[in-house]
Amino acid sequence: MALRNRILPNVKTKGGVKVDHRKNTADYETETMPVPKQVAVAMSQHIGAPCVPCVKKGDTVCVGTLLGDSDQPVSSPVYSGVSGVVSSITDIMLATGVMTKAVVIDTDGQQTVCDQLERPVLETKQDLLDAVRRCGLVGLGGAGFPAHIKLNPAQPIDTLVINAAECEPYITADYREMIECAKDVIDGIYFILKYLDIPKAVIVVEDNKPKAIELLSQIANDHNFSDRFFIMRVSSQYPKGAEKLTVYLATGRKIPAGKLPADVGCIVMNVSSVSTIAKYVKTGMPLVQKRLTVDGSAIVSPKNVFVPVGTYIKDVIAFAGGYKKEPKKIIMGGPMMGYAMPDDEHPIMKYSNAILALDEKEAYPKEMSACIRCGRCVQACPMRLMPTKVEAHLKVGDKERLQKDGVLNCMECGCCAYVCPACRPLVQVMRRSKAIVK
Amino acid sequence: MNKLVVSSSPHICAKDSVRSIMLDVIIALVPAGIAAVWLFGFRSLWLIFTCVSAAVLAEFISCKILKKENTTGDLSAVVTGLLLAYNLPVTLPLWMAVLGSVVAIVVVKQLFGGIGQNFVNPALIGRIFLMTSFATPMTTWTAPFTDAVSSATPLASMAADGMANVPSLVDMLIGNHGGCMGETCVIALVIGGIYLMARRVISPAIPLCYIGTVAVVMLFAGGGEYMLYQILSGGLLLGAIFMATDYTTSPVNLKGKIVYAVGCGLITVFIRLFGNMAEGVSYSIVIMNILTPHIENLTASKPFGFQRRKKQEAAK
Repeated sequence: MALRNRILPNVKTKGGVKVDHRKNTADYETETMPVPKQVAVAMSQHIGAPCVPCVKKGDTVCVGTLLGDSDQPVSSPVYSGVSGVVSSITDIMLATGVMTKAVVIDTDGQQTVCDQLERPVLETKQDLLDAVRRCGLVGLGGAGFPAHIKLNPAQPIDTLVINAAECEPYITADYREMIECAKDVIDGIYFILKYLDIPKAVIVVEDNKPKAIELLSQIANDHNFSDRFFIMRVSSQYPKGAEKLTVYLATGRKIPAGKLPADVGCIVMNVSSVSTIAKYVKTGMPLVQKRLTVDGSAIVSPKNVFVPVGTYIKDVIAFAGGYKKEPKKIIMGGPMMGYAMPDDEHPIMKYSNAILALDEKEAYPKEMSACIRCGRCVQACPMRLMPTKVEAHLKVGDKERLQKDGVLNCMECGCCAYVCPACRPLVQVMRRSKAIVK
Repeated sequence: MNKLVVSSSPHICAKDSVRSIMLDVIIALVPAGIAAVWLFGFRSLWLIFTCVSAAVLAEFISCKILKKENTTGDLSAVVTGLLLAYNLPVTLPLWMAVLGSVVAIVVVKQLFGGIGQNFVNPALIGRIFLMTSFATPMTTWTAPFTDAVSSATPLASMAADGMANVPSLVDMLIGNHGGCMGETCVIALVIGGIYLMARRVISPAIPLCYIGTVAVVMLFAGGGEYMLYQILSGGLLLGAIFMATDYTTSPVNLKGKIVYAVGCGLITVFIRLFGNMAEGVSYSIVIMNILTPHIENLTASKPFGFQRRKKQEAAK
């Protein structure tokens, strides 16, 4: 199929903001960093029940050794990305403020591969779901929802939506995945379509990634399911990669408030998630390393880098040349939706895709002042909410009106707070309102 | 490394600030100010200067007395002062202008909670206050380029004896006729309006719908030439571009803006055609300001993925 036929006609969405792309690292091939001296692998790197460590202090572990698992259905096993000796099992605080156990490993630098790894044999739907679970795959877009649960909804599914929009500024990790592992991306989609019996897949990509679109289309042409594969090229306006918008762009269906993509017949997977499935099927190596974009105004040499899951932020930043100015903010994830970290001693998670260090100028752009009701937040909201009204209703704690305002629809994309000239903390307002309504 | 900031996302934001927006409005008002000095002489500069400094000082002092953070830095008081000055005749005694500024800033703005909390446009209330208190000095018009007192505004002359004594269209465009300092020069106001729209400070919806409504009704009421004079005179452009678009007192969403602007247009037309005043822009905007919260509630946008109640019931 020609590239032209594969690309679906564009769909318009309302709202959103034009953010500087700042994709400084788009052309930087991913480098592998030297093995850090120590890593800390958190036992809760997903939404759901945390894992229970199955190693103890003094145990020797290899690359791919199981470190923790859980017998709960909504959970995802955790593996070691390094070889070495378990030095302790401690408590750490996650970016979300939740405490969890972490297995701390002193590495030996050998990167010995675990000899018990096996390539999965796929024959049925259950085989694929088991493989995805054993792989330890969680939603790599940042949410960290266990993938084997997501791939097994009760509702009938007719479209697999692949989220490759990568609309956050700075981050290029998904883009590099598409360029460097295009074959794995297509194979991963193929496995899902084949074993879950889904008729078609739509990849949603922003139009600032023409190379990736062309490459994926070329590889899809050689595949024997070529005509079940479509590309949706969307204008590069934040937040095209938000799940509800991605589904709307790919299928024209609107997910009702409080519902999931499966309710409108879709499964949404991040592009790196599907290629991870393909890599696991091909090699049997579970998810133990991540491609990260390291960037920001305080970083000496921004780059894309492969890091073992559990590497400390400071080691990753040291590999990127260290700080050129004193950092004022360190962000795990993108600048629009990522978490600001209290220090750089935090380990990398499976779902991490970027580490940004911002200098003083970038971290404190302006002072907060009173709302002048300019209405920019209303125009920017992709969910058609009215953040300025919500703030007023939250102030008086009016639960009924907050519900009418549709606050549960908010996906915390940050467009309202981004455009606010008065720098109001509108995302916090939305989060608090959601908590009241729930 | 122990001084990292932890805050909610997003961690970057757009460049515009309240101050930069107000600065844009001030820049957009400069051409009209230059036109005022050119038409009515240097006294207009004095009057503008008096209004602006009185407004800023009033804001500074009321912030101090009310023990609030000093907000003069956001330049909104400068905008209020400028707008009030543009709505005054050039011959007005300076102390009256000071009084108008103080009422606008202290009574309308600061006593209701400062920037973003006033429910009507402060400059307009300042003008209405002066109009009702000092009717004669507020309606004593000077002809441009002279010191001759008592030149009727085009609207007053149209109300009195039709199209017999109106100035030429060219004079209307450059502002060569009696009126408030900042409202006469159409060209300067339009330049300011285009600047604000190009900078995306205001949306074209309010000015276009406001002027459009007046145009359509006046076309039916008195024909093409009558309509043109109605649009080009009497503060309609100053009001539609700079006063009706005030963020705080106009609806935030597009549908609301259209309803609000059409409402402004209709009230202006009714006052001009049926009221006992030749001018009606200030009152119409103030009335619609008061209705703004209700317009906003009635025109609230439907959140993404929300179904209308009828559809929801049908689905059940």
